[in-house]
Amino acid sequence: MLLETRALTANYGQFRALFGVEITLDKGETVAVIGANGAGKSTLLRSISGVLRNARDMVQHRGDGIGAMPAHQVMQRGIAMVPEGRKLFPSLSVEENLLIGGQVRKTHGPWSLTTIYDLFPILREKRNAPGTALSGGQQQMVAIGRALMSNPEVLLCDEISLGLAPVVIRDIYAAMPRIKAEGTAIIVVEQDIGRALSVSDRVYCMMEGRVTLQAKAAEVSRTAIHAAYFGAAA
Amino acid sequence: MTVTATTRTRAGTITGILALILIAGAMALPAVASRSLIQDLFFILTMLTLAQLWNLLAGYGGMVSVGQQAFVGIGAYAMFAGVILWGIDPVLAIPLGGIAALALAIPTAFFAFRLQGAYFAIGTWVIAEVTRLLIAQWKALGGGTGTSLPREATSDIIGVETIRTIFEVREAAARDILAYWLALALAVLTIAAIYTLLRSRLGLALAAVRDNIEAAKSVGVDARRVRWAVFLVAAVMTGLTGALIYVQTARISPDAAFSVTDWTAYVIFIVVIGGIGRIEGPILGVLVFWGLQTALADYGAWYLLTLGLIAIAVMLFAPRGLWGLISDRTGLQLFPVQRRLTGTATKGGMHD
Amino acid sequence: MNWLDIIVQGVLLGGLYALFATGLSLVFGIMRLVNLAHGDLIVFAAFGILLAVSTLGLNPFLAALLAAPVMFALGWALQRYVLNRVLGKDILPPLLVTFGLSVALQNGLLQAFSADTRRIPAGALEGGSLNLGVVTVGWMPLLTFASAVLVILALNRIFYATALGRAFRATSDDPVTASLMGLDPKGVFAMATGIAMVVVTVAALYLGMRANFDPSIGPARLIYAFEAVIIGGLGSLWGTLAGGIIIGVAQTLGAAINPEWQILAGHLAFLLVLLIRPRGLFPRAVD
Repeated sequence: MLLETRALTANYGQFRALFGVEITLDKGETVAVIGANGAGKSTLLRSISGVLRNARDMVQHRGDGIGAMPAHQVMQRGIAMVPEGRKLFPSLSVEENLLIGGQVRKTHGPWSLTTIYDLFPILREKRNAPGTALSGGQQQMVAIGRALMSNPEVLLCDEISLGLAPVVIRDIYAAMPRIKAEGTAIIVVEQDIGRALSVSDRVYCMMEGRVTLQAKAAEVSRTAIHAAYFGAAA
Repeated sequence: MTVTATTRTRAGTITGILALILIAGAMALPAVASRSLIQDLFFILTMLTLAQLWNLLAGYGGMVSVGQQAFVGIGAYAMFAGVILWGIDPVLAIPLGGIAALALAIPTAFFAFRLQGAYFAIGTWVIAEVTRLLIAQWKALGGGTGTSLPREATSDIIGVETIRTIFEVREAAARDILAYWLALALAVLTIAAIYTLLRSRLGLALAAVRDNIEAAKSVGVDARRVRWAVFLVAAVMTGLTGALIYVQTARISPDAAFSVTDWTAYVIFIVVIGGIGRIEGPILGVLVFWGLQTALADYGAWYLLTLGLIAIAVMLFAPRGLWGLISDRTGLQLFPVQRRLTGTATKGGMHD
Repeated sequence: MNWLDIIVQGVLLGGLYALFATGLSLVFGIMRLVNLAHGDLIVFAAFGILLAVSTLGLNPFLAALLAAPVMFALGWALQRYVLNRVLGKDILPPLLVTFGLSVALQNGLLQAFSADTRRIPAGALEGGSLNLGVVTVGWMPLLTFASAVLVILALNRIFYATALGRAFRATSDDPVTASLMGLDPKGVFAMATGIAMVVVTVAALYLGMRANFDPSIGPARLIYAFEAVIIGGLGSLWGTLAGGIIIGVAQTLGAAINPEWQILAGHLAFLLVLLIRPRGLFPRAVD
């Protein structure tokens, strides 16, 4: 097992956002986490990436408890995140935004400035522009490229289609098979169910801080997802 | 079920009764106390007043001023001007300190309220420096080296003769007693005024403005007016305190009257060590401050070195000060200003 | 009265103020930390250099070279173990801690070195001057100004052309996202304060060689430094130099009219700029 959460609970102050969430991720696998707004998907990724700190054993990576580790140490173990809302650094150019993704964890691997510019050619043209001068879709490409620059073993993608036009989403998702092909394991958090299922091996559905369904992406039925998404009564 | 919002606590009621007894006792104290104790108490009471006012500004109002020495200094110099230039009795000249502080506070506020956070802090400090440098140009009041109150002015201060006969003390001691009474009155007035203010609607507005200016605006609190009111009131009271301190000192210089260390740094330490944002904080803080000063009086610079380090340690390990520690352990509130909901508790209602 | 001479001297004096201000500008720009002990840290470093000069018989420049890594380490540790703990949205806690540090440093120095005024002996540089025909400029002010320019050039190079500088800018923009890049914001801040203390050492060298100093003069230097930073705006270190020059020229002009108005004129220039441009001359685009 590459990555797993064990009875993961997470709180924002008094408010509990996750109740004993258990998910697993194998080497090279792509897993989708879907669910409505407020289901706890983003909290799950924030807990794995170390932005939210939890008890040590609640998050396991290669047999080590990393639940209490600060974000920068989690990242240095090869778990990179594409944060919700892209979060490019406004003071850095496009190229600098990419470079900073790979400057701390220096590993050999498929991803470099050259291969990322090949993946998203538009970024090569805009390399010297400030990150914030780009369109939403282009910014999302920078955010993905920035995370890939560290050649991560695990890539966490938080709502990468949020606020983007369908045609732009298609372009971005078109890059997913290329990323998978390099052996990177991916967790995709999405509200767009169809998109998420199309790139995933397995799927978890979350509702109100709990996992309500897990299934193989190819086998899961729409009705099962609907029930897990909106609750059994629906 | 009936729910009412109240600020009343049992400790608060007891405090009220104790406070009245304490004030009565403090007024009568000169009958038995030594002159040095009276002087110490004068020091404690004036520093307490300054600390309460800074706490009002920063702890409740969110205005972190590093320039309150401007109002101490201008208040003191206005009093000196009244005595030396116009021959007014020193005690009767104290209100001039308040007026001068108000006159300085209005342009200061116009300027400083345009600034945010750190810029506000530095801006107020620079204004205090400018005031100091300008006052140092006032040759009639001694310029840069300063001056003393003339003997004839200090020898027949109003009321001193009466005090001499009542307590059968020498004139200098009688002057100290008068100054002490005034300091007591000022401290009690300040604390009572702040307490009343915080319990009023304006106090709620103040808390709203401190926590979130935008949100406060959206619920109809006029943030600007609240900030102006607090800033001006604090300036006037600080000016009066400055004037009173220098009636007792009777000697003034720009460097001393506008000292950032004496009138702002120490005042801030008192508030922080005691507990910021609480009326109890400065009271506890000034006692600790005075205790340290007395205990370490013979060690010169070591005292201030220690004070600085204690302030750092408190900020790191007990950011809500000593009173915060006590209050957390015991739930004690001597000056209850938080509104608590009272009434029959509903079961399972608001729980999640 | 030679106005050109006054302006030139003012500009050169601005170099000294820019040196005072650059370290502050760095720390304030990156982590919004108001270090009220900055002036006292300069005085502290000046005593350190003086100590090395008087006990080891070193040349002051060599002594400063020796003091720089020590100051770097102190700055790093101060940030790592003290200031990082109070950084946050509220400016009050860091303000109070550095105020405490300021008072502690002043009195520690007072205890160690007494209130006597000192000076770092600068040998042949002292009093030497260069005649440029229309104006005569002292070697020392000239050297100070050149050092300020060099320091700013070096810092800008670090800021815009190195991985460390990238880390500074990214962490300043958004510390949480920076940590997702594997950067430890606390470590980045500690590096920044360490570097700021190296600049403080350079400032201390010239403070000590140019004029008398004693443990109490820190707060005044802090004010000049802050004025230069605020006038310049958070956008650029060149802005800080411009701020220093404005204070310097205002002071020499004020002094030319009446020697007692020197400091006052500097403060008034600051208030005037702030009244017209509350965020300084070169504010940051994104803030």
